[in-house]
Amino acid sequence: MTAFLAVLRRDLQLGVREGGALGTALGFYLVVIAILPLGLGPDLDLLQRISGGVLWIGLLLSSLLSIDRLFAHDLEDGSLDVLMSGALPLELVVTAKAIAHFLVFGLPLVLFAPLLGLMLNFPLPASGVLVGTMALGAPAVSFVGAIGAALTLPVGRGGLLLALLMLPFFIPILIFGIATLNASLGGPGSAATPALILTALTLAALVLAPFAAAFALRVQFRG
Amino acid sequence: MTDVGAPTVSALSVARLSCHRGGQLVLDDVTFRVAAGDAVLLLGPNGVGKTTLLRVIAGLLRPSSGSVTLDGIEAMADPPPSRAFMHIFGPQNGLKSTLTVRENLSFWQRFLGEEDDADACDAALRSFGLDDLAELPVSVLSTGQRRRAGLARLIAVSRPIWLLDEPNHGLDADSRRALADAVRAHVYDGGMSLIATHSEVEAGPVRRLQLGAGQLDVRDADSGVPA
Repeated sequence: MTAFLAVLRRDLQLGVREGGALGTALGFYLVVIAILPLGLGPDLDLLQRISGGVLWIGLLLSSLLSIDRLFAHDLEDGSLDVLMSGALPLELVVTAKAIAHFLVFGLPLVLFAPLLGLMLNFPLPASGVLVGTMALGAPAVSFVGAIGAALTLPVGRGGLLLALLMLPFFIPILIFGIATLNASLGGPGSAATPALILTALTLAALVLAPFAAAFALRVQFRG
Repeated sequence: MTDVGAPTVSALSVARLSCHRGGQLVLDDVTFRVAAGDAVLLLGPNGVGKTTLLRVIAGLLRPSSGSVTLDGIEAMADPPPSRAFMHIFGPQNGLKSTLTVRENLSFWQRFLGEEDDADACDAALRSFGLDDLAELPVSVLSTGQRRRAGLARLIAVSRPIWLLDEPNHGLDADSRRALADAVRAHVYDGGMSLIATHSEVEAGPVRRLQLGAGQLDVRDADSGVPA
């Protein structure tokens, strides 16, 4: 447990000290959302209708922007060799790193979303619902992204490849995230069903992704 | 620095080890044995497989055939029981540049040793002359200072087997001596060191294993006695 917390704490510490990466992710999110109304025109009804989906897509893309470096830094400075030779199973190392990624990148992006929503005429009173549904899905993005980061590790800057590889896994998160949001904003149907499925997706990612990512790392390394 | 309470290993055996890298046979039927208290220099020209051999022993690479055993226990099993016994120190130093030297060391202590031992950390810093640099972020250190900060991990966390890959690289004469002293103290305490190098490590009596064309000349280069 000490070792697990040590990895978590170190990655949080690094995330805070290397604030540039978070700034880039937040800036990217801002750019994606800010250019949209300019492209679509000032139709407030249209913007409000698509705002939930667009905010979710922006969250996903901004989150992916940082996750391709999840293991790359540790590979470059030699830490990964030592992380792989500790007593802590590699699956738990991956878990700690993915949790840290969610806390350092996912959570700030989620909290930033209502602010960006203003640009899309997203109803301000619904901010709580927006943050809630995103907080439910964002951990899954970090954990599924970790699989992609492990798979694309030898490629170097494998950001796009990662998104391409993991696309099928992100689609359900996106669909049920947006469905939960729309249903709770008065859309047809109950919000409980998509929310439960989204929760199930996140829980499954939490449990399964570390095994997949650790397996991918081992295969790459041990040949 | 002492191995009190740390797991001990009395022998590391490498038997008929072969390994392919990128379709090429790098290690061909390598067999040798290292006992507690041995410091072994692994010599040979570039590309002969020194790093590969160390990484296979550490369980980071899978050999094509052969085995590595610690006191007769297979070290290649999954998960490898060797995890708690070895330090692997490669060409990179395993340091985070935005953390201070002390933060880096205490992270490795908590990760590898499950406890944050400030005394061991101080001892490690002292033995590589890093007392004054402890609170500086690694990013402002010179190449040699980073190397020393990386090496300090070996002392901060006690493990019986040291696998060092070109540890002298980037070190000045004083630091080389500090490294040699550390290796000597480690093997004196019943540890073992396997050092891939081009330059000397003056760690007292050492065995030399010469790797050539994937084959290990299993002779003690000093005495000519089969190892």
